[in-house]
This record gives sequence, C-alpha cells and structure tokens, in this order.
Amino acid sequence: MAKVIGAVVVDNEECKGCGLCVVACPQDVLGQNKQVNSRGYHYSFMKNPEACIGCSNCATVCPDTCITVYRVKI
Amino acid sequence: MELADIINPKNLVYKKPPLLTSTTMHYCPGCSHGVIHRLLAEVIEDMGIQEKTIGVSPVGCAVFAYNYIDIDWQEAAHGRAPAVATGIARTNPDKVVFTYQGDGDLASIGAAEILHACNRGEDMVVIFVNNGIYGMTGGQMAPTTLLGQITATTPNGREAGRNGYPLKITELIAQLPGTSYVTRQSVQTPAAIRKCKKAISKAFQAAIDKKGTSFVEVVSTCNMNWKMTPVKANEWMVENMFPFYVPGDLKDSSKNNPESYTPLKN
Repeated sequence: MAKVIGAVVVDNEECKGCGLCVVACPQDVLGQNKQVNSRGYHYSFMKNPEACIGCSNCATVCPDTCITVYRVKI
Repeated sequence: MELADIINPKNLVYKKPPLLTSTTMHYCPGCSHGVIHRLLAEVIEDMGIQEKTIGVSPVGCAVFAYNYIDIDWQEAAHGRAPAVATGIARTNPDKVVFTYQGDGDLASIGAAEILHACNRGEDMVVIFVNNGIYGMTGGQMAPTTLLGQITATTPNGREAGRNGYPLKITELIAQLPGTSYVTRQSVQTPAAIRKCKKAISKAFQAAIDKKGTSFVEVVSTCNMNWKMTPVKANEWMVENMFPFYVPGDLKDSSKNNPESYTPLKN
C-alpha cells in the first residue's frame, strides 16, 4: 500500500483560533499556538507534522477557509 | 520528504474556492455561517452557474453575505427575502435565485413570506440557517429556541406556558405542494459537511430544473450567544438540538398537483 503524507498551511492572520480543526483531525496533527496573531487569536499550527495524511478534514470544517492542504504519495 | 517538497502546487488537495473573496468574514470564531458560505461557493462553482446566480441576503448575521461570495446579490428587508426572490425569479426565469436566511428572519418576521413563496412553488432555493437564537442582536429568544434553552430574554429557560413552543418550520414547509426538495442538514463534522454540500447541490439542481422551491435547513451553532466554545457548542447541538430538529430529508419530489388540489371544472 502506498504511503501518503500530507501537509497543511494555515493562514495565520485569517485564523480565528476556534479550534474546530484541532478536533476534526484524525491524526492529532494540529494544535493551537501559544502565540497570537495580530488580532489576538491563538492560530492553529502543525504541532505534529509527520503524522499528517492530507485528508483535508481540517480544511472542510474551517469556517474561515484559512487552511490549504497538500498531499503526496511515496 | 521535507515539508517544503510537499507544499507544492502540484500536490494541492484543498484550497479556498476562488468564488470566496479575500475579505475576512465578520463572523465570530467557529460560526457555522462560514462553512455554509463556503459550501455555497463550492456548489455554485462546481455547477458553473456563477454568471447566472442571484443571492438574496437577509437581515441578521448573514447580512454581509454579499461581501464574501463573488456573485450578484440583493439585500432584502427583514424577513422579506422570499418576496424579493420571487420578483427576481419571475422576471429572470433563466437565472438561479436563492435566499439565505436565519431563523429569526425566516421563522419569525418572515414566516408569512416564506410560507406563501413555498406554497406558490417559486423556482428558487432557500438556505435556512437555524441556530435557535437571534445571533446578531445579542442572543434573544427566537421562534426556534428549544424549551428550557437559556437566552438573553429567557434567562430561566424558555417556558411553553409563557413563550410558546419551538417552531418546526421545515416540517410545515414540507407539507406544501409547491416545494420539491425539503431537507435538514448540519455542518458540525467533515462527514455532515460533505452531506450538506450534496444537499445544497441537489437543491440548486432542482431550482434549475424548475421543480419548485427547494428548502435546505442547516442546523447550526451560535457559540458566542450560547456562551460556549465552538467545540462545546457543536456537542451541545448534537445532544440537544438533533433530538428535536432531526436531520434528514423530509421531502424529495417535484412541484406537483396532488389529487386533493384538482381545480374546479367550469
């Protein structure tokens, strides 16, 4: 079976830190940053980038459409 | 493989739909409106009807919807979106018309307009966002507020004796002969969101095929006025709203002439 690895890019300034993507991720990849963006929200980031499978669940639930997903087969 | 190798346009799986403008939405963090806007943008883009779609935005949180989706919009007075959409749909039969309304707008002040528009079977789509509260004005009781739900105007919970019963307007509308596709969806999990997208797509197809009014209720959250975190609000919705507002299709047919509606013979 081909292994799939993915990556997500969060638009830090657009993210409002609602945390829905953190819950939606089946691989526990995302977390909320301790730092805040210019509007004071704890934006999401990849705390565990190796585990990402690029399923795009996080981007599907994001209300502000600030997540872009990439996936590659190796 | 390095992260920089994966993040390459040729590996792209998901990005913001081009129909959504770059304006940051004014909604609170975790608001369901953002997801529903994106689903609309994706459906309109997938069907290739950007040039002929006209949206009618309500009064409520979604009043600025015209800033976010790059199609033609018309702003209607409070609750009157179905009346305005009727005019647009009748004068432009080749256009696809949809209204986007909240529960205070559709089920309270606009109850007459929506019932009559659906009864006439206007060829349009109605997106009804039901969060059980007046979100924009600070969380007052709406017709769809659940019994016992605490809002700004029912601090001890809604009581049937004083405040009346919650209104299942989607069930009412499903009985009308003018409607074709009536469904209730939600957007709390990726699976539910994909299902909701299919429902919206089907509703738009029904409107294009002139089958009558399609009605998509989206049970959603208002975490700010429910005074919960977005994640907790989703759990609360599944626990408390779904037993009363049961998700699923209520009607799937087309604008027809049932037996009991046979016109008198002259």
